Amino acid sequence: MRRSDRPLSPHLLAHRFQWNMVLSMLHRVTGVTLGVGTLLLAWWLMAAAAGPESYAVVERFVYSIPGRSVLLGFTFSLFYHLCNGVRHLVWDAGWGFDPRIAAAWGWIVLVIAVVLTMVSWYLGYAFRDSP
Amino acid sequence: MTIRSLLRRAGSRGSTRLAVQHWWLQRVTAVALIPLTLWLAVSIARLAGANHSVFILWVEKPWNAVLILMAIAIAFYHLKVGLDVVIEDYVHTPWIKVTFLIGTTFVAILIGGASAFAILRIAL
Repeated sequence: MRRSDRPLSPHLLAHRFQWNMVLSMLHRVTGVTLGVGTLLLAWWLMAAAAGPESYAVVERFVYSIPGRSVLLGFTFSLFYHLCNGVRHLVWDAGWGFDPRIAAAWGWIVLVIAVVLTMVSWYLGYAFRDSP
Repeated sequence: MTIRSLLRRAGSRGSTRLAVQHWWLQRVTAVALIPLTLWLAVSIARLAGANHSVFILWVEKPWNAVLILMAIAIAFYHLKVGLDVVIEDYVHTPWIKVTFLIGTTFVAILIGGASAFAILRIAL
């Protein structure tokens, strides 16, 4: 096979716009976001291992408005990637290829991810014993 | 014109089974991460507002430590495998692609290793 005959990578701007495409891209975007977010996770765990003083620095960041915003974005990314990942696994198993069903599940997954994000933050505030 | 089959020629490039294995491992790690992520999300929500000593006590519990370590190992592997595909799709200049592939592998091992070390340091 000549180099030019090889299958092409997904092009971002070559196709007619549709919401399914955005939801699909969001899977990758949230995946990369979670990857960057692991830096925060590692910082948190390393600080906990280092001792209370280091941990207090992480706490100050996490409870600040920018910290909470980052954490909210991380939570949504986690649940969207999780739910849409399950959707992908169902496709891998060979089910749900009907275009209307596939599109509907795209929206359902988005709604579930938003709901799970809200529920987990509600639980976080409900369990919280200090500000 | 050649009498060698396409499969034989592909085989000589040494990549035939590697791609299938790569695809499969991404799925297996994804399946493993479903229960681990849900458990971790509930645990972290319950730890919201916890101070250092409460957090340490939680990590010290053996099952918590084991499950976090498993989540770290599998999540960072899943991350590395996922980033491979993204890089291969969008970076086409060979030397930049290889640099990114190796770079993300090193960073994933470094950050994952640090996270696992932190858990072991607290739990042991």
